[in-house]
Amino acid sequence: MKILHNKIFETLRMIEEENLDIRTITMGISLLDCADLSGERARQRIYDKITKYAQNLVSVGEEIEMEFGIPIINKRIAVTPIALIASSSDDKDYTSYARVLDKAAREVGVNFIGGFSALVQKGFSKGDKILINSIPQALSETERVCSSVNLASSKAGINMDAVKLMGKIIKETAYLTRDRDSIGCAKLVVFSNAVEDNPFMAGAFHGVGEPEVVINVGVSGPGVVKSALEKDKDAPLDVVAENIKKTAFKITRAGEIVGKEVSRRLGVPFGILDLSLASTPEIGDSVARILEEIGLEACGTHGTTACLAMLNDAVKKGGIMASSSVGGLSGAFIPVSEDEGMIKAVQSGALTFDKLEAMTSVCSVGLDMIAIPGDTPESTISAIIADEAAIGMINNKTTAVRIIPVYGKTVGNTVEFGGLLGYAPIMPVHQFSSEKFINRGGRIPAPVHSFKN
Amino acid sequence: MKGIITVIGKDRVGIIYNITKILTEKNVNVEDISQTIMQSYFTMMMIVNLSNMNCEFKELKDSLETLGSELGISIKIQLEDLFNAMQNI
Repeated sequence: MKILHNKIFETLRMIEEENLDIRTITMGISLLDCADLSGERARQRIYDKITKYAQNLVSVGEEIEMEFGIPIINKRIAVTPIALIASSSDDKDYTSYARVLDKAAREVGVNFIGGFSALVQKGFSKGDKILINSIPQALSETERVCSSVNLASSKAGINMDAVKLMGKIIKETAYLTRDRDSIGCAKLVVFSNAVEDNPFMAGAFHGVGEPEVVINVGVSGPGVVKSALEKDKDAPLDVVAENIKKTAFKITRAGEIVGKEVSRRLGVPFGILDLSLASTPEIGDSVARILEEIGLEACGTHGTTACLAMLNDAVKKGGIMASSSVGGLSGAFIPVSEDEGMIKAVQSGALTFDKLEAMTSVCSVGLDMIAIPGDTPESTISAIIADEAAIGMINNKTTAVRIIPVYGKTVGNTVEFGGLLGYAPIMPVHQFSSEKFINRGGRIPAPVHSFKN
Repeated sequence: MKGIITVIGKDRVGIIYNITKILTEKNVNVEDISQTIMQSYFTMMMIVNLSNMNCEFKELKDSLETLGSELGISIKIQLEDLFNAMQNI
C-alpha cells in the first residue's frame, strides 16, 4: 500500500508537535469469581487474579510504543465494582479491599486502578452502603485506587439519598487528604448513566456485562484537532465540523491499531476504543483552545456551548466512521484543572461554574476537576451533583461530577495537584442554601421518555 | 513486516550512505525512498522490509537513532501499521 510522503510527515507531526498520544490502555478484569464469605480469602483471590492477568500489561504497552512510535501515556486496570464482590463477606469496612487493589496496581506497575465502586441508581444493597462509607478512608490510605459511584440513570431516576450521602463523602475525603490539597477527591467521581467500558480514570470500572478480561483503549488529541482548524481560519462551521471529523477519524484509527495489537500480544479480547479529546495541562493539549480557535475570544463566553456541541458531535462521527469498536464516553472532556485553556479562562473570569454546567449538557462527561472552597456545605455539593445527574438523566447521556472542596482554601487561592491532574484556581459556588431540598432524600422518578418498552 | 524510516534535519553529505550501511548490516531491504525539502528542512522517507532482519527491532531502532545524533539529524523507524491505519480508509 502506497502512503504519500507528506502523509507520513503529517502523522509524525501529529505525534511530535501536536501531542497525539494513546492516553491509556486499560485492562478490564472481572472479579466476580473472587467473592468469598471470608474477606481475607476474597482479597487474596483479587490480588492473585489482577497480578496474573495484568503482569505483562506494562511491558507490552512499552514494546508497542517503541515499535509503533506513538506514546502510550498510561497503563491502567479497571475491575468489577468492589461493592458487588465484597458484599459476600461479613466485613463492615472495605478499606482493606482498596489496599489490596493498590498493592496489586503497584506490583504490575499501573498508575491507576479503577473499580472501588458502587452502582446505586435505584437503591443501596448491603455492600453499596459499606463501600461508600469506606471511600474517604480508602482514598486517603491508597495512592492508585480510583473510586466511582453511579447514583442516577435515565431508566431508574436519581437516588437522592445517595446524592445526599455523596456530598458528605466528598467532604470527608477532602478532609482526610487535607495535607495534599484534598487530592482524594480527584480520584472520586459520581455518575449518572455510568458506562461499563470507560477506560478513563477516575471513573473506569469493569461492568458486570463485560467479558472475563478485556483491553479498552482511550485515545486523545486536542492539539491535533486545534491545528487542523488553524488551516481554515474563516471557513463556515460546516467546514469546521468536517475538519474535526476527518481528524477524529485519524486519531481513532491510531487508537484502534494500538488497541488491537496490545490485545493480540496479551491474548486478551479487544473491547472498545474511547475517542475522547482529553486535555492535559500542557500547552497545545487543550479543549478550551479548540473552542477559541473556532472563534471565541475566551472559553466560557456566549457561544461556548454551541461550539462544544458541534465539537463533541463531530468527534463522535469521525470516530464511528473509523472503527466499529467505538464506545466508552467518546467526545470532548472539559476538566478544569487538567486543561491549560480552561485554567486561563477561569483565571480571566471568562469561564464560570454555571457556564461549565451548561457545557456539560453537550460534552461527553460533566463537571470535572473543579476546585471549590473548602467550606462549601455538604448540601451544596449534593445539590451540584443533583443538577448534574438531572442533566444526564433527562438527556440520556453520561454526566459526572468530580469536584474538590479543597480543605482550608477559598476563592483567590490556587491548588496544585501535580502531573496530569494539573492545577486550578478555586472557583466560587452559589452561596444560597439547597439544604432543605437535599434533606428531603427519596428519589427523583425516571423521566417519561425512559419508558420505551 | 515493513517499517518506515523518516529523516528530518539539515542536509549534508552521507546521510543515505550511513543509513543504508546500517540497513545492509542488519539485512534490511529498502523498497522505496523519497525525499523533499519541507519548510526549509530536508526530509526523507524510506519504506524498508524487515522480514529478514537479523536483529531485534529495538537494536535497529537504537543504531539508527545513535547515527541520527552523530549526524545532528532526526532518524526514526516505526512499523508501517500506524501510518496505514491513519492515512487509508
